[in-house]
Amino acid sequence: MVVRVHVEPNAYFDSVALMAVAAAVNREPGVELAALLMGTSPNLELLRDSGMWDACLEEVSPNDLVIAVRASDEVTATAAIEQVLQRLRATTPVRQPVDTSAVPRTLRSALRAAPQARIVAISVPGPYAPIEAEEALRSGRHVFLFSDNVPLSEEVRLKRLAQDLGLLLMGPDCGTAFISGLGLGFMNAVRRGPIGIVAAAGTGLQQVASLVDWFGSGISHGIGTGGRDLDEHVGGVTMLAGIDALAADSATEVLILVSKPPAPQVAQRVLQHAAQCGKPVVVCFVGRPPEPIENVRIAGNLTEAARLAVHLATGRPLEDLELPGHDELAARLAAQRAALRPGQRFLRGLYSGGTLCDEAMQILAPRIGDIRSNVPLRADLRLTDPHRSQEHTFVDLGSDEFTVGRPHPMIDQTIRIERLLREATDPTVAGIVLDVVLGYGAAADPAADLAPAIQEARRSAEREGRSLPVIVALVGTRSDPQDYERQRRALEAAGAIVVPSNAWAAELAAQLVA
Amino acid sequence: MSDKIRELLENTPEVVNVGLELFARAMREQGGHVHSVEWKPPLVEPNKQALALFNDPTIAAANQEAVTRMMRAQPVIIGVARARDVIPGMSDRTFLHAGPPIDWQHASGPLRGALIGAMLFEEFANTPEEAVRKLESGFVELAPNHEHNAVGPMAGVISPSMPVYIAVNAAGENRAYTNFNEGIGKVMRMGAYAPEVIDRLRWMSRVLAPLIGQALQRSGGIDLRNIIAQALQMGDECHNRNKAATSLFYREIAPYLVECDAPASNIAAVLRFIHSNDHFFVNLAMVAAKVMADAAHGIPGSSLVTTLSRNGTEFGIRISGLGDRWFIGPANVPRGLYFPGFGPDDANPDIGDSAITETAGFGGFALAGAPAIVQFIGGTPADAVRATLEMYEITVAEHEVFRIPSLDFRGTPVGIDLRAVIRSGILPVIDTGIAHREPGIGQVGAGIVRPPVRCFTEAYRTFEQQYLVQRGALPTSQTRRTI
Repeated sequence: MVVRVHVEPNAYFDSVALMAVAAAVNREPGVELAALLMGTSPNLELLRDSGMWDACLEEVSPNDLVIAVRASDEVTATAAIEQVLQRLRATTPVRQPVDTSAVPRTLRSALRAAPQARIVAISVPGPYAPIEAEEALRSGRHVFLFSDNVPLSEEVRLKRLAQDLGLLLMGPDCGTAFISGLGLGFMNAVRRGPIGIVAAAGTGLQQVASLVDWFGSGISHGIGTGGRDLDEHVGGVTMLAGIDALAADSATEVLILVSKPPAPQVAQRVLQHAAQCGKPVVVCFVGRPPEPIENVRIAGNLTEAARLAVHLATGRPLEDLELPGHDELAARLAAQRAALRPGQRFLRGLYSGGTLCDEAMQILAPRIGDIRSNVPLRADLRLTDPHRSQEHTFVDLGSDEFTVGRPHPMIDQTIRIERLLREATDPTVAGIVLDVVLGYGAAADPAADLAPAIQEARRSAEREGRSLPVIVALVGTRSDPQDYERQRRALEAAGAIVVPSNAWAAELAAQLVA
Repeated sequence: MSDKIRELLENTPEVVNVGLELFARAMREQGGHVHSVEWKPPLVEPNKQALALFNDPTIAAANQEAVTRMMRAQPVIIGVARARDVIPGMSDRTFLHAGPPIDWQHASGPLRGALIGAMLFEEFANTPEEAVRKLESGFVELAPNHEHNAVGPMAGVISPSMPVYIAVNAAGENRAYTNFNEGIGKVMRMGAYAPEVIDRLRWMSRVLAPLIGQALQRSGGIDLRNIIAQALQMGDECHNRNKAATSLFYREIAPYLVECDAPASNIAAVLRFIHSNDHFFVNLAMVAAKVMADAAHGIPGSSLVTTLSRNGTEFGIRISGLGDRWFIGPANVPRGLYFPGFGPDDANPDIGDSAITETAGFGGFALAGAPAIVQFIGGTPADAVRATLEMYEITVAEHEVFRIPSLDFRGTPVGIDLRAVIRSGILPVIDTGIAHREPGIGQVGAGIVRPPVRCFTEAYRTFEQQYLVQRGALPTSQTRRTI
């Protein structure tokens, strides 16, 4: 073991710089201890205490740099000193100027950095979402609140706050909105046009907007309210604000209101408000059409709402507003129906959109009888085990009981494919109905996963001597990023019957078991 | 219909996205202008009935009041006195120490060493062994500096006959006290108690302190906030680097020292002592911060953090609106660089009242302005800037007086909001000295440390409870039981 001490006279270095170099040199093999210090008396004392004293240190001043190395041998020690000197003399490469544009970690700093932002879109877990939403509202921003599991009391409180501040709170549990051409949450690429929508149902809004696009018209704005807005405690705060907004909006000529059946007194208030808004309004309370009221057109289902609105906005006669290919599809379905065996008596619906599932059941129940579900039309029709179908069964696979810890079927088809293959083994099944919702935010290529599964399901039934009709409601527009036609062809190639309307899919399905 | 809604429907809106990045991407795909927030869940799941506290305007107003008092406090150092004579509530047998309350049994090496040193200094014991016996038997009462308007670096021990600086708030009523910096190497604040350590302390109380006291009197008081503000623009952050501030203080005090009625050799010795110690000012930076933080303490309803402090075993915080209660968690070991011959195994857990500087909006919060010490946090000036920027996420204001040239003279982040810490999960950044875990060895390095999460979660639960009681959501009896 040798100790070598080197003094650089009049060479000031910051102690932190010295410590950093020392740390590097101390990692060299053979170096036991490298100390880099300015020659102040406490520092010299430190060297004396650690047994690294050298006579040359007697003369050292506080402005001299001391390099002391204890190493295994002379060569290593000298090399270490040389390395220290090199490192200290080395100039650092030129760097980019310091980047101070960090990604904000909190809403507050994001809002500060973007004072011009008008909407805050929130999709954090429900228990925390009200905190973010309230901050957004108090900063004067409108809120799109995708999060679910927000306590009802918080929804009431925040909607009152939004109302007081003159802001829109879309949600909680708001899946879709379309504001001045920008889709929030899950939304389809729709044409802009004269029809404004206020919807308490995300996939409901998507279906209506997509069909308006199919019928050749377009959407001004789509305001989501969240699924509980028309609950008696919330009182339709956002829907009423949405009606007012669209009534005043110069781009909007016709309004469509979409909701699951509201609380009766709320329904009353919404209808009266709609009747007095000064523009034609189409109302679709999925499954429970309200009593007719002046100035308001009632639609029985989402497809009907789109047709009526386009009719009112464009003046085109209703009979012109039909979806193409009806006869050909009906013929194909009749052939499949003829191939069913007598035991095949029940329909199964495997849905990703809650409103679409509800709409299908509402259309089918009067024709085929009771349908069991995890989101049943009547309490006594609730499935005891949502994972096990009984007779006619329609399930919303986007519900919590299916999605806890697993991706939503709007984003990933795994949950649905498992269920589809299971249903295919049931000899009582006469047909399967699925919804596939395209658009921004949805899976990039749902048919890539679903088409092979449909094919496999149909083949496994065929191996047991059964035909298995599969009907797909493909919700979307031809401008959607997934390429509507490519999705349709892939699903049809797998043997599915594909239609752009959920109501129509349900009507076709009814024919299988009627 | 409101103008805001009308305006919303007129142009394609810009959006801030909090949560799933999927939705930000979906909007960008449509050509939308989206600002993403890198959101993380809060440190605790808040009580559902108390969610409103995070955006309650009355709390925001209380915090604004508190932080304004903090920024506008004007600490001026006016003189020097014997601790026992000026520090409120101090008896002849009181030893004050850094951090939250602690007893001898739980004290870490450096604190024990400093307490032994103080026993020897006070002549309560003649040998270290005797000192230990007496400390074990409760011969002196231990109390936190913070509970007596005082602060001290590292072990922070102040015993009755030690000299202390007196700082007053020229813009308010409160005062604060701190001890004198002994220099680096073997010093009592790091737990050393060898004879030369005690001798130095005796010289300090016999020669240094009285002379500085006289000089301060002649000066009519020296404004510490001004010195800190200037030093922050000269590469100090006034916690771990005090070169500029010490020099500025030296310049202020030198003429008055020379004018003192004392032997020239003593005056020269005092001037040399200040000159030879780059950290001479740190105690003054701390006492200034203590004046500021105490000015902000006790505002009803405020969630502002007014104390961050460590005793070498535990980290404690206090909240403006929660009285004098400490919220405690186990102290972390700083991450940093070590002096020659030492490494992480030698490090004591975090110790000292010096995190009062971060509490008042400098120290680690001003790292962006102290490029010379950025290597403690792993490298480049960009890292220092990031550290400061991160602190804006959890603070209430930008300092009116303390500004950072490299951030376009933006004010330093000041006034830690307990709620913001809970919500963002971002803990305050503290840059600090590292003491050896054994008494008597001294400082072994310096680096960066964060408080333990538990201090904040426990403070939050208490704050939440108080909020619910005040809003009538919880009966008072229930709080008595749980608080």
